[in-house]
Amino acid sequence: MSTSGLRVVWVYPDLLSTYGDQGNVLVVERRARQRGLAVERVDVRSDQPIPTSGDIYLVGGGEDRPQRLAAERLRRDGGLLRAVDNGAIIFSVCAGYQILGHEFVNDLGQREPGLGLLDVVSVRGTGERCVGDVLGDIDEALRLPPLTGFENHQGVTQLGPGVRPLARVRLGKGNGTGDGTEGAWAGTVFGTYMHGPVLARNPQIADLLLKLTLDVNALPPVDDRWYEALRSERIAAATQAA
Amino acid sequence: MAESAQPLSARARLAVTAGKAAAAVSRAAGRGSGSVIGGRVALKVDPELLSRLAGHLDVVLVSATNGKTTTTRLIAEALRAGGEVVSNALGANMPAGITSALSGGSEARFGVIEVDEKYLAGVARDVTPKAIALLNLSRDQLDRAAETRMLAERWREGLQGNKATIIANADDPLVVWAASSSPNVVWVAAGQEWKDDAWSCPSCGGVLHRPDDTWRCGECGFGRPMPTWVLSGDTVIDPNGSAWPIRLQLPGRANKANAATAAATAATFGIPPHIALERMQSVAAVAGRYDVVTHQGRDIRLLLAKNPAGWLETFSLIDPPPTPVILSVNARGADGTDTSWLWDVDYGRLAGHPIAVIGDRRLDLAVRLEVAGVDFRVCQSLPEALQQLPPGRIEAIANYTAFQDLRRTVGN
Ligand SMILES: [Zn+2]
Repeated sequence: MSTSGLRVVWVYPDLLSTYGDQGNVLVVERRARQRGLAVERVDVRSDQPIPTSGDIYLVGGGEDRPQRLAAERLRRDGGLLRAVDNGAIIFSVCAGYQILGHEFVNDLGQREPGLGLLDVVSVRGTGERCVGDVLGDIDEALRLPPLTGFENHQGVTQLGPGVRPLARVRLGKGNGTGDGTEGAWAGTVFGTYMHGPVLARNPQIADLLLKLTLDVNALPPVDDRWYEALRSERIAAATQAA
Repeated sequence: MAESAQPLSARARLAVTAGKAAAAVSRAAGRGSGSVIGGRVALKVDPELLSRLAGHLDVVLVSATNGKTTTTRLIAEALRAGGEVVSNALGANMPAGITSALSGGSEARFGVIEVDEKYLAGVARDVTPKAIALLNLSRDQLDRAAETRMLAERWREGLQGNKATIIANADDPLVVWAASSSPNVVWVAAGQEWKDDAWSCPSCGGVLHRPDDTWRCGECGFGRPMPTWVLSGDTVIDPNGSAWPIRLQLPGRANKANAATAAATAATFGIPPHIALERMQSVAAVAGRYDVVTHQGRDIRLLLAKNPAGWLETFSLIDPPPTPVILSVNARGADGTDTSWLWDVDYGRLAGHPIAVIGDRRLDLAVRLEVAGVDFRVCQSLPEALQQLPPGRIEAIANYTAFQDLRRTVGN
């Protein structure tokens, strides 16, 4: 963490902020401030360079053409890769998750190279679009309570040996490969298909990002009453729908 | 005047009758006005009924993400200065509902029709409109609607070569992209408060530069066209440079923008702006929106906001703190089942208002407000919220089905 406080970078709000994923930025910011941390939020538009000195980078979902444009500009910029080399944390959602992989299928139906920060490859699914509430169990290594979120994607993401699934779904599609995996993570880079936004539905993941940044095992507790009420309701709703 | 008023064919007459019968059965069964089911039956009997019905009318189509029901109503009021109007005033805005609305207007001169964004291209082909008013496009119901830019693209393809006069908002880059393939466009500077769906050039994908009130792509040069009508504060300036005061009962900047577009549309039918604007003044509420109702001894203003752009415009028109506010959000089929969009709304703007949240998804709202750092109270129902809130007129803001729930509860 830099001396000026926690630097939270929101990557390309002009292209990748269509599905309410800016909520992830707001939740990280809020929960850091509640722990007394100074936070500097940096919104980086796609015609600006990505700063390499951020602590946490959030990349959201977007529509098909903006996703291609974002991938082109992030590859050209290179800042996100240097930030990871500097130890930064990257948390990405949906279109952003696909961009962090080796490649995905773009709006023109062509294979588009990603950043290769996650050992995953995404293609467009041939079945129905995955839309709905999701319930899953997060990778034991991360020691977190169940995952809840809302998915809305056509993509199918295959995980390579260099990543672990972020979760195994009990209800919902997740990576869409049929093997029950959802999202991927390796080191300090995370990807998920979950909206909701996912950190509002799973504030423990937001806290995990903060703990990794601060290199601590625990954070002072905050009032999670409404988050917990929402989690219980959505988990019950997903269970009932199934 | 439209093409010579030929009588409807026997098949079209049968279709209209069948549609009305089905609507009556649906009404009797307590399923609402029956207009949609009636239109569906009529279209089955005669698939070309819509174009036949419209053949007798000078048709205006109105489409947008927000404000289309209100603007349809304002244009209808304005055009009544020139003759009888038939309109789908209750917002049944897909082909079946439109067919049903037109079936009731055999004597009318004008058809003023609200069209769902997804159906605009098809309806514009079927009914040979004289004018098409395009207000704005922004994110809405992302779990099922098409992508916003794709909608603009579909409008653009569907309107290419259409002979109608397009009255379009010069301040919305997506609307300009959609309209600029048409040969005959009247540009209205109607403003755009919500800009977050238009930072990317609709033509080339470059980043748009938006200094002051204008906009231009840094890469391809696609930019704001020169408007001939301009909304300027409380007036609309016509192509001759005359400023006409907009005096509405409807509140807010967005409704002034709707009125400016309605005035420009009416002018294409020869109705002068002062007459059009004066007639719009009679509109106090539109399908319950903006209505102030008294319930349990409290005055409640009912406000509909369905998406981030709509919430933003609504926040700018509510009375300042300490006016109490009720927020209600559902996520049923008609709302879209994903509530993530709540995070694109800046609820921090409600700081200082006493707030009660209700609706099916009040817990999503609770977390959203918690993170925004504003105080709120979660209530099970409208009556409980009314009891809890301090005195004063209440602003109740709700999304689509939550708004219908509110109207039912207060008997509006
Ligand atoms: Zn451009």
